[in-house]
Amino acid sequence: MASTILIAIGVLFNLFGCIGLIRLPDVYNRLQSATKTVTLGTWSILIGVLVRYGFIDIGVKALIAIPILFFVATVSAHALVRGSYIFGIPLGKKSVKDDYKEQYEK
Amino acid sequence: MKRYLALFIITLLFWLLITLSLSLANIITGIAAAGVTTLLFGRYFVRKVGKFLEPRRYAWLLAYIFVFLWECIKANFDVAYRVLHPAMPIKPGIVRVQLGIQSDLARTMLANSITMTPGTIAVDVVGDVMYVHWIYVSSEDPEVYSRKVSGRFEKYIEKIFE
Repeated sequence: MASTILIAIGVLFNLFGCIGLIRLPDVYNRLQSATKTVTLGTWSILIGVLVRYGFIDIGVKALIAIPILFFVATVSAHALVRGSYIFGIPLGKKSVKDDYKEQYEK
Repeated sequence: MKRYLALFIITLLFWLLITLSLSLANIITGIAAAGVTTLLFGRYFVRKVGKFLEPRRYAWLLAYIFVFLWECIKANFDVAYRVLHPAMPIKPGIVRVQLGIQSDLARTMLANSITMTPGTIAVDVVGDVMYVHWIYVSSEDPEVYSRKVSGRFEKYIEKIFE
């Protein structure tokens, strides 16, 4: 029961992440929803798997996937943001501040 | 030399955790895989290996995990709210945040934690300054937003890694 609830919450958050991916205006904001919401959603699914199967090999693998996912998601988000900035993709129209520009143009 | 040994032990433990079996064949494969990893990546490992043996750091790490998870859950509700709201209340921008910690590993962890928490993604680190993309720039004052973005984690990360 608990595992079903956890997996359902995870799928729901992944859905929010995907909605954000479509609705938000530019690359940078889309990555915000793609990293945070989708990562927590997937963590929730993995914990649900652990609760369901207990500490046998499948559950422990799910548990280990959590820190790996943490590093992979954050590092790839950082690389994508920095890469798209250097590639020259502008910030969306709603943006209010850009401190990185002067640093980058030096 | 010590760092190679430490990396070897950690990699081997990690291997045994993912495969979760103690058969002889598995242990031999694990030793081979850990050996290759250590030879290739040992020189990038942390300098002062003795830090692994201080229990104080693990206690702070445990406390930090709870603080981090709480912030992470808050971040998710925040992003979900902004995504689902019809008017989409966002005000994005890239801001400059002053860093208070020095070592590379600690900075990496801080950047990762910032990426996972409310509306912020670490873009770049130049010298003592971190550039952060923020989905809702709520203040114009560098002091205020530095504290808002990194202040919650800095003291924990300092205790764990410095």
